[in-house]
Amino acid sequence: MTSRMRVIGHPRRRVDGRAKVTGQTRFADDIVLPRMLHCRLLRSTQPHARIVRVNTAEAARVEGVHLVLTGESFPIPYGILPVSHDEHALCRDKVRFVGDPVAAVIARDEVTAEQAIRLIDVEYEPLRTFASPADSLAYPEPRIHDYGDHGNVHKIVSLQFGDVDQAIADADHVFDDVFFFEGNTHLPLEQHAAVALKDGDGKLVVYSSTQTPHYVHRALAKALAMPAAHIRVIATPNGGGFGGKSDPFNHEIVVAKAALLLDRPVKICLNREEVFYCHRGRHPVLMRFRTGVTNDGRITGLDLQTLLDGGAYGSYGVASTFYTGALQTVTYDIPRYRFRGCRVFTNKPPCGPKRGHGTPQSRFGQEVQLDKIAERLGVDPAELRLGIVAPPDSLTANYMRVGTIGLAECIRRVVERSNWREKFRKLPLGRGVGLACSSYLSGAGLPINWNDLPHTGVQLKLDRSGGVTVFCGATEIGQGSDDVLVATIAEVLGIDPFDVRAVTGDTDLTPVDLGSYSSRVTLMMGNAAIQAAERAREMLAAAVSARLGMPSDRLVFADRRVFDSGNPSTGVTFQEAVCIAEARFGTLGTTGSYTPPKSAARFKGGGVGPSPTYSYTAAVVEVDVDPETGWITVPRVWIAHDIGRALNPTLARGQVEGSVYMALGEALMEEQAFRRLPARLSHALVHKFPSMLEYKSPTSLDMPEIVTDLIEHPDPAGPFGAKEVGQGPLLPIMPAMANAVYDAVGVRIDQIPITPEKILRALQAKASGKPARLGPADFPDIEWPEALLVAPPWEGGDGRASNEPTRRSRRKAEAGIEATAGVR
Amino acid sequence: MMKVRFACTVNDEPVEVLVDGYKTLLEVLREDLQLTGTKHGCELGECGTCAVLLDGQPVLSCLVLAAECDARHIITVEGLAADGRLHPLQECFADLGAAQCGYCTPGILVTAKALLEQEPHPSRERICEALSGNLCRCTGYLQIVEAVEAAARLMPSETKAG
Repeated sequence: MTSRMRVIGHPRRRVDGRAKVTGQTRFADDIVLPRMLHCRLLRSTQPHARIVRVNTAEAARVEGVHLVLTGESFPIPYGILPVSHDEHALCRDKVRFVGDPVAAVIARDEVTAEQAIRLIDVEYEPLRTFASPADSLAYPEPRIHDYGDHGNVHKIVSLQFGDVDQAIADADHVFDDVFFFEGNTHLPLEQHAAVALKDGDGKLVVYSSTQTPHYVHRALAKALAMPAAHIRVIATPNGGGFGGKSDPFNHEIVVAKAALLLDRPVKICLNREEVFYCHRGRHPVLMRFRTGVTNDGRITGLDLQTLLDGGAYGSYGVASTFYTGALQTVTYDIPRYRFRGCRVFTNKPPCGPKRGHGTPQSRFGQEVQLDKIAERLGVDPAELRLGIVAPPDSLTANYMRVGTIGLAECIRRVVERSNWREKFRKLPLGRGVGLACSSYLSGAGLPINWNDLPHTGVQLKLDRSGGVTVFCGATEIGQGSDDVLVATIAEVLGIDPFDVRAVTGDTDLTPVDLGSYSSRVTLMMGNAAIQAAERAREMLAAAVSARLGMPSDRLVFADRRVFDSGNPSTGVTFQEAVCIAEARFGTLGTTGSYTPPKSAARFKGGGVGPSPTYSYTAAVVEVDVDPETGWITVPRVWIAHDIGRALNPTLARGQVEGSVYMALGEALMEEQAFRRLPARLSHALVHKFPSMLEYKSPTSLDMPEIVTDLIEHPDPAGPFGAKEVGQGPLLPIMPAMANAVYDAVGVRIDQIPITPEKILRALQAKASGKPARLGPADFPDIEWPEALLVAPPWEGGDGRASNEPTRRSRRKAEAGIEATAGVR
Repeated sequence: MMKVRFACTVNDEPVEVLVDGYKTLLEVLREDLQLTGTKHGCELGECGTCAVLLDGQPVLSCLVLAAECDARHIITVEGLAADGRLHPLQECFADLGAAQCGYCTPGILVTAKALLEQEPHPSRERICEALSGNLCRCTGYLQIVEAVEAAARLMPSETKAG
């Protein structure tokens, strides 16, 4: 690697910037093909019901209608996780939420399809509605699904690392707090869209606004019972993803089936209401933190319980459940830890991964509790945290391997920048500051479908034009993955990013990348790209050194030239270098791939949480709260993020500010909430406000000033030292907000979102001598299974559970699951 | 279905087509004229994604019937660049990270263009006000506002008027 970076680390226009400002970026709904037909879906009006009969005869007779499909055409289930293939493209026997798709009409245009949809008659036999986790825990029957741990409990897990009860009993103080985090949704501006066609060879092509073309590829192969090799999935640039386009979706499978049957292109674009039904967003989570603390502010043990409202399908839910308990120990030194998590099915749109996936909810609880701990101990909350930052290059109690940790520096930076010491507990009534921290994965250490294959692959083509084309399955969702890819290649080969053409997200043309989720792309794709580029550079260097008669280690690749480091005027242009190498070696191409290091966690459930490295963030939020009305505004946020290295600081800053923005929405206003229709209507459980007008999100007028600091100490695991930046900076904002509200007006809002109404209610409670708090009263008694017992590393553990069934019998069970997963 | 005549100027070029009478300006631009640079996020007037300029004023094209546009002047994102050069707003948006996924960008660009034509040197507050009807889920708006400010500095006053 050249010592001086010419591309990496410099603020640059992103490679796809021009297309985005000219309207040339082609999103899925911008695709128009000859003879294209249009699809609309009929969605359930019942939250939970058996389908008795679907009569499509009248719809099929409408002029301009080409095809009507029902669940009969989709016998094979699919889903994102191998353990929860619980969806059918169209419902077959029952519907599970208002919005579940029941039938599809394919017609000459959307208007005709919509007219025909209304003529489909569905007879339902209503079943009990499960509106909340309390319902699902109380009534095991009727089951929403006929799988899962029991009744309407989808997943229940219990893990224990050391004797937590003893650790808490031995503590000087015990803190026991219950918190609630309401669900919210991604709200990407682009509504999901897909276009399917049969190509000239008779193979299936699907363009889709997906973050995970590889998983859509697998799901299509399985659900349509087709060879994966006969399917091509092209991920169009996403108009925002945030996790909401990470599942394979029913509408993608429906248009694929229709295109195969009709031999014509078929398009679907969901309307905004339907996007709220696709959801897969933030799980509502109730949580209880019982934490033992010493007089000097060290944590002796943490006992965490979480209850997740999963909605109607599995989605990523098993992973989400584990994620609510995975990263506490990665942030702070917690010598003993117990985590128990429970996800239930309810009759609402399925929850899944939204930016921060499963971790923001429990991060909120932990950081607000730390604020309470600091208050009780009489310690500054920044100092308290500085005393318990997890040690770098270590294994945590739950066997997460952490590398570099810049958290202490992040805390010090925001303390200094915000003038924290002059503000905390010193501002006048109504103004306050709050601090919180977080950590996040730089990519999941284990793939969704367990196998030994690389998580990402990069191919490079160099030709005599001097052009370089790079191929990778990574998906551009706005985060700048194409730019990272191109910049990496350009840096290693000493050319300009605009000399490189990126071909991405196309299962025919590009090597597999698992997708744009879990903040994995920069680290994994970046490492694979460096490998491919370095292999190409070696070939060029070998050929040029032979031509120039000098050792290859004296050659420098920079400024579109390959030259002698001792005598820069001796050298060739990059294009000449490519020609010399092509003449010597033949057609030039290289590959790179990346597989994360093996996890130290060897217990069941230890697959969620490991990462090649973790990012760290600290934030201070300043709020103004009107003590009369509870009205809350946010003038300023200071945030410092341990990014390892910012590959393109312009884009890195955009990820931080975008995270802060999205977090402000979650903290203050966004709610994916539900209500019952009046009894004189159907009394059905429906989305409270499936529209952008009423699902409030922040506008440009709501934005605070944001002071961003990127803390750069290159991490050996990352490409050029880079860690993630897309998700971690969201996490500390919600708890910092709650802590700031307490500093401002002395009330604890232990529940997200923090609305003026809640603040006012807490202020009124305080005024009348009641506890100055608003939040859930208690956590339900859940019958937890026997915990898997794993001794922490410092208590002689080896990462295995002492009471787990043998690996051999586990393997067998997993093999059975994998066999149903289609493509391998 | 009843067809209506849609005859107006789009990006300074005369256009004349027969379109379904129920269609909105958004649908005619995207479906009948293949000007897919204008996006849609709700088709209910809630998100600002479909903004275009109608006689110089930003409008939500999902709420305008095509039939209302007779003889009027429409500017879409495709009409911002001129003489092979990007508009200063486009240059600044691309350079300064104001477009992440790029989906809200066309609507924000035309809204910002209308603002700068009326107020060549708007304050930050005025920019935020003018863009408050355009939702963006990626950026947190700050780099967008900075890009508008940078473009205002770059633009000679005659460009703004034109």
